[in-house]
Amino acid sequence: MRIPGLTVDFEQLPGALPVFRSAVSADEWLTVPMTLIKGGGRLLSVWGTDRGGGQFAVCAAYAAREGLVWLDLPLGARTTYPDLTPLFPFANRMQRALFDLLGLRAEDAKDQRSWLNHGAWSPSHFPLREDNSGQARSTDLRPGDYPFVRVEGDGVHEIPVGPVHAGIIEPGHFRFSVVGEKVLRLEERLGYTHKGIERRFTQLPPLNAHRLAARISGDSTVAFTWAYCMALESATGTVASARSTWLRALMLEWERVANHLGDLGALGNDAALSFGLAQFSRLREDWLRMSAEIFGHRLLMDCIGPGGVARDLDRDGADRILLQCDTLEREVRFLRTVYDEHAGLQDRFITTGRVQPELAAKLGLTGLAGRASGVAADLRRDYPWHPYDKLDVKVATHRNGDVAARVTMRFEETLESLRLIRILCKGLPRGAVHTELALPEKPACGAGWIEGWRGEVFVALELDGSDNGGGIRRCHCHDPSWQNWPVLEHAVIGNIVPDFPLINKSFNLSYSGHDL
Amino acid sequence: MWSIVKQIARTGIRTEARPVASDALRVEAARIQREILDILGRALTIRQVDAGSCNGCELEIHALNNPYYNIEGLGIRFVASPRHADMLLVTGPVSRNMEVALKRTYAATPDPKLVVAVGACGCNGGIFGESYASCGQVSNVIPVDLAVPGCPPAPVEILRGILTAVNRCRTLPEAKSGLGGSLP
Repeated sequence: MRIPGLTVDFEQLPGALPVFRSAVSADEWLTVPMTLIKGGGRLLSVWGTDRGGGQFAVCAAYAAREGLVWLDLPLGARTTYPDLTPLFPFANRMQRALFDLLGLRAEDAKDQRSWLNHGAWSPSHFPLREDNSGQARSTDLRPGDYPFVRVEGDGVHEIPVGPVHAGIIEPGHFRFSVVGEKVLRLEERLGYTHKGIERRFTQLPPLNAHRLAARISGDSTVAFTWAYCMALESATGTVASARSTWLRALMLEWERVANHLGDLGALGNDAALSFGLAQFSRLREDWLRMSAEIFGHRLLMDCIGPGGVARDLDRDGADRILLQCDTLEREVRFLRTVYDEHAGLQDRFITTGRVQPELAAKLGLTGLAGRASGVAADLRRDYPWHPYDKLDVKVATHRNGDVAARVTMRFEETLESLRLIRILCKGLPRGAVHTELALPEKPACGAGWIEGWRGEVFVALELDGSDNGGGIRRCHCHDPSWQNWPVLEHAVIGNIVPDFPLINKSFNLSYSGHDL
Repeated sequence: MWSIVKQIARTGIRTEARPVASDALRVEAARIQREILDILGRALTIRQVDAGSCNGCELEIHALNNPYYNIEGLGIRFVASPRHADMLLVTGPVSRNMEVALKRTYAATPDPKLVVAVGACGCNGGIFGESYASCGQVSNVIPVDLAVPGCPPAPVEILRGILTAVNRCRTLPEAKSGLGGSLP
């Protein structure tokens, strides 16, 4: 299989979305993305693998017009590879994480600071290497010891925030350099919730590891579980039944609505409209209670599994969902008029935390936040896999790139998801909701790629094959927060410190999904 | 403004009855003294600490602020600093990168204090267990009074845990025999 403009011969992996994989040379590692960029391609993720016997490989995934392009650069025993940051600035943190976990270094990369390793493990002891038990700890924890970039000048001072934040939020550290109330620079330090998920994957049986995928980021449990199962089904050549795929899509949209309801309430509250929080948190609670009754879990954890879904939906359940959609839509439409017409709220939202479309494109802003800044990408429309090929998803996009645009995005996506949920409920095909999987005898790989509520979630899976123990060789999980966290640093420049919580919430990025 | 008032009236009061206590949740009954409860039993302030969770527990803790659970109506409030807190509500397997921060947060919380571990990971390390990056359950790092299982526990279970810790709701008689131990 050839992609126009490229001389590389790709293998298309089985699966619902178009995924092309190929081994490349060190030259092609850089020339392929240069060609892809010209066609509007973007970098999705960078990771590495220990293939055993001291053989390493570094991998990168790109979203191209044709589909997902997975490049695999075998390194042999070498531990360096060509740096991608000149092409994609946001590859920086992924490359630093790759070094911390596997000891593979981007040649000549300027920024070589540790990213995930805060001193919890020895810098010469890489947890994703095969010869590492994954248990060895260092006692030399130095969380405060990180060389932040300093801003010099009269009246500049620093505000350190975190890792324990003031609200009910995940941990991370923000270092603000400010003059008066104005933010000159924000530098993030993440990795606090790193709990060894990618190592843990290699210790779990492939048919059971979807439970770990469900716990990568609690708010994106459907997106990650589906992506994992899609990767496993791709590696095993399994096709999930139409009914189970429709139910998965129903849950994905359900999760999107649940998160948007929570965010819309929190955004109102962060701008001092506690009425908004009371109303939206009530609607979210109604929504979660219904998911517990219909699907068996409030947040939909473990409702998707390899080969299908855990529970079928009966006619009565579908009718109740339809009724709930009508109620919710009425309430959301009303609350939208309240938000739109509330001068105090709009004063806080409009022009706050702005990311211009040019900057968004340059920095690779993705997902919901990207669509609020003119980056019109959505997997559900761009590579409509089943059942999205039947749904004609209307993708909302805006160009203002401020908090107001990200709020509007959430209103519009909520209403669109309610429309999709209705279609999914009414047109649910008949059939089984579970298909048996047979694990491969030989090593195999697969990819899962899902448009979660925050943006595109990606899982790259390598199985050893039952001839070699039948385990997971590598499971790399990518959250869109990797792309969007660095953009948040730009979004706050020139804003005042008290607007940071509002800007941060409008992005609502994942810590756990990023830190793994 | 008028539409907001109308919506509030239309919505009405949605707050539900508080849950009853469960002594099965107690880890260290002896630590909970009568005098602590006398001090903390009326208005309670909570500092929530995510020590490495997947964020699922945080979503459900957030829900305690919604009108159905109305935790502030019970005199319980989440505060921004451990120095203002009576109770730490800790989630997650404690990541090694959060170990120091959690210990410092515990040290910054004035005595007498209570610690409630929330979720399967906080109770026993959950699916993440112990590794180079994870210390496992919360009690491996700081003393824990009460653990609320579930992945994540439903808001009503978290509320039950909090209320049980401060003996704020009807308890079984045998629970009281555990009270009166010494404070570590």
